[in-house]
Amino acid sequence: MVPEKMEFFIDANRCIGCKACFQACSECDTHKGVSMIHLETIDRERSVQTVPVVCMHCEDPTCAQVCPADAIKRTPDGVVQTARKSRCIACSNCVLACPFGVPKMESGRGASVSGFNLMMKCDMCYDRTSVGKKPMCATVCPSGALFYGTREQMQKERPRSRPINEFRFGQQTVKTKVNVLVPRDSALEQLKVTDALGSQPDILLLGMYQEEEP
Amino acid sequence: MSKLPVAPEQLEAHYGPHLQFPGGKHLQSGLEIDRLVKTHCCFCGQQCGIQLKVAHQQVVGFEPWEDFPFNRGMLCPKGIKRYLQGGHPDRLLTALQRDPAAAGGFRPLEYPQAIAQTAAAIAKIQEQHGFAAFGVLSGASLTSEKAYLMGKFARVCLRTPYIDYNGRLCMVSAGAANKKAFGVDRGGNPWSDILGAELIWISGANVAECAPITTHYVWQAREQGARVVVVDPRVTPLARTCDLFLPIKPGRDVALFNGILHLMIEKDWLDHAFIEKYTVGFEKLAESVREWTPRRTAQVCGLNQKLVEQAAEWWGTASTSFLMHARGIEHHSHGVQNVLGAINIVLASGRIGRENCGYSTITGQANGQGGREHGQKCDQLPGGRDISNPEHRAHVAGIWGVAPDDLPQAGVDAYELFRKIDQGEIKGLLTLCFNPKVSLPDSEFVARCLDKLEFYAAIDFFLNETAQHADIVLPGSLQEEDEGVVCSAEGRVIRIRKAIDCPGEARQDWRIIQDLAAALKRPQGFEFQHPGQIFDELRRASQGGVVDYSGITYEKIEASYGVFWPCPSEEHPGTPRLFEPDSWNVVARGQGPFYFPDGKARFQVADYSPPQEEVDEEYPLILTTGRVISQFLSGTQTRRIGPLAEMHPAPWLEVHPQLAAKLGLKAGDTALVESRRSSIELTTKVVNTIRPDTVFVPYHWAGRESINRLTIAAQDPISKIPEYKACAVRVRRLEHGS
Ligand code: SF4
Ligand code: SF4
Repeated sequence: MVPEKMEFFIDANRCIGCKACFQACSECDTHKGVSMIHLETIDRERSVQTVPVVCMHCEDPTCAQVCPADAIKRTPDGVVQTARKSRCIACSNCVLACPFGVPKMESGRGASVSGFNLMMKCDMCYDRTSVGKKPMCATVCPSGALFYGTREQMQKERPRSRPINEFRFGQQTVKTKVNVLVPRDSALEQLKVTDALGSQPDILLLGMYQEEEP
Repeated sequence: MSKLPVAPEQLEAHYGPHLQFPGGKHLQSGLEIDRLVKTHCCFCGQQCGIQLKVAHQQVVGFEPWEDFPFNRGMLCPKGIKRYLQGGHPDRLLTALQRDPAAAGGFRPLEYPQAIAQTAAAIAKIQEQHGFAAFGVLSGASLTSEKAYLMGKFARVCLRTPYIDYNGRLCMVSAGAANKKAFGVDRGGNPWSDILGAELIWISGANVAECAPITTHYVWQAREQGARVVVVDPRVTPLARTCDLFLPIKPGRDVALFNGILHLMIEKDWLDHAFIEKYTVGFEKLAESVREWTPRRTAQVCGLNQKLVEQAAEWWGTASTSFLMHARGIEHHSHGVQNVLGAINIVLASGRIGRENCGYSTITGQANGQGGREHGQKCDQLPGGRDISNPEHRAHVAGIWGVAPDDLPQAGVDAYELFRKIDQGEIKGLLTLCFNPKVSLPDSEFVARCLDKLEFYAAIDFFLNETAQHADIVLPGSLQEEDEGVVCSAEGRVIRIRKAIDCPGEARQDWRIIQDLAAALKRPQGFEFQHPGQIFDELRRASQGGVVDYSGITYEKIEASYGVFWPCPSEEHPGTPRLFEPDSWNVVARGQGPFYFPDGKARFQVADYSPPQEEVDEEYPLILTTGRVISQFLSGTQTRRIGPLAEMHPAPWLEVHPQLAAKLGLKAGDTALVESRRSSIELTTKVVNTIRPDTVFVPYHWAGRESINRLTIAAQDPISKIPEYKACAVRVRRLEHGS
């Protein structure tokens, strides 16, 4: 069992795009060399902003709802598992339905392991977290963008951040086991995924240069 | 004859770089692990603690080492995938002899014969042309034991003054400036002092990609309310969310620091008591920065004046702070002046030598700090001692059992060593842990020099691009195949543990050096049986010096997650933070916290001069170079590790959209970049995270992909560091990319 007090927090503000998470994920014993984390580069022309995407482990997972083969299971401790090999029919429903874009059919070298492009997704390093260790990504992440610990620890170490685990996608509200950290003083309504994507991170450079002397 | 034996393509076909991906044992779940070895990463100066998984005499993976206090399990991709060097198809398993008739240009040679032939060639050159006709180039990724032995080998066995190392391309500007200002060359603080600082100032350091773990310290400080100021020509990943970003024109850092000091004086943001009690030279310095008005500073630095003023105000009024810098300000023909400028604003603020008040360069290589302490630098002896100081010579000569007069005098820096090869003065060369054909500037010159050598022997575990010129290649060891210590960026001496034996005929590097000494019939002083014995001699050699390791033992390091030097006795706990007000040091002997006889730090006038090669009509753009997260230095190792090479398979050109529009360049276009030395074709990335007057190219690649063919061999007159961070180029779009 994953200890109840242990939670996963993501703070994309801290991410430096190093891909340690991606590289370490494939080193988890049961992942067989396949990485199940994605690192999204938002718009490299405008910014170096990157966002790590791990499974949010929804309370009522959309991927499982839409799976015709009933291959995706959620453990009693709240971890949504990779589709069972014996059941997955590689229909890609989960890939299309997940509001966070997590499941993938092709995980790089994954096909060579399973022989098929079966669905593989983050299982929160179940072999590690269920015996009291941290997931690989949150252990190695050098910026702390991925953090695994108790809520008290998070609040003590990150007084300027606030966790969110409820997201709205149109009519759908999704509650997740994984938390996203936002600045403590931001208004609740601000957390729209689309807003984050549409932001113009290049403001940093505006007005930075010496104006040409007339 | 040290020309390439066969075409580069043939060499590459045989000796790589080939990519190794996880497979076989790496992926076997439930594979029985023989042991987990607690050691450190083999790459950068952060020296992350890591546990290597060993099965069947091979390193097959890693486990985070969460107890090690510096990184607590954190790693970057390089540390995570380093294990893929184990069992690599490119690994050199025998000695090699140059043979143009062999398919790959080399044929295997029995190890004893390779040693005998190398020794004979060294002897022949030295008999004909004198001891100084043979040179040695070493590296700062080696353990301190090996670095120490290399310095001793050159001076005692080869009796040549000509040894230098690749730290010359790394932290020497910081080292020289630190010695001038503080009397000692070491980062002043443990990184834990970052956590409580109110203001963090980062100049010329791509922390996120080159010192990734430091990111966590900076973000933790920010969670407690710290402000972060970043000065860099590019918006690095850490700069993206900093509080104040100053996109400075490359090579103008000292101007900025002088401008900050000007404002500190004008607004009286000074710690007068500290300046009075602990420093000398402030008046002269104050006079020299009078001309650095905000307006002039902004103009020279190519910055908005308001930013300069804002930065000065934050720096001036902070109560605690940590200033860090790296190669961005050091890799200049006036790198030492840049660093002195930084130190001046630290000393003027009085914020050093106490909790949460710090200053440090961020060393780049695994043993960037330790590798420059114990004598492989051309002008230095162990313990940070000076080879031109008679007392220092006498002490070390005593330990080495030779007459002081028999020790050669100072040699020359690594680049000058190549000029001496060019002039025919140096005719033979031995390299270890250095790939100058990729890492030195104006590298086509370096390649021509290699061709001129009468004899060249290289020790390495992979056939790096420089070693391809060798007459004899001796198969050396990976970091995980030997015991020893390194000193991290913090000044923490830590233990490197042996996880496995060397494969095939490969040998631990220090054994190869000792075998050469024996074959040269001068084995005295090179008869160690274990690195621990070398370390014990190093401790004695360093005793009483500024860099005193005499109280450090392997056991003590293991018991306390490392020991910070100076540590002058076994009872001494080590010195995490330098310059504490009442601290004792071997030079000041109680007079004060700094390493001068009066115990006071030295303010030094820091002169501004532009980069040696300024832009002009013909070459109108500034080229600046640097690193990426997944590759390391000249890429000898990381270009062979599949998952790392895939992240960044080739170099590219970064240009700002405004510049791209002027040049008619679009993302993905092939661009021709030309300097006065050479040219290169690169794929274009258009990004607004760089100054429009500057272009950036990362440097880890070889041959036609090597940007160091274009960089300039201008050097700082004091530190001799090359000016990698600024030279003039022109760029145009190629109609049909080749
Ligand atoms: S390891 Fe952390 S900082 Fe690096 S890419 Fe992943 S989330 Fe971002
Ligand atoms: S390269 Fe540096 S930051 Fe990365 S794992 Fe190794 S020591 Fe740590």
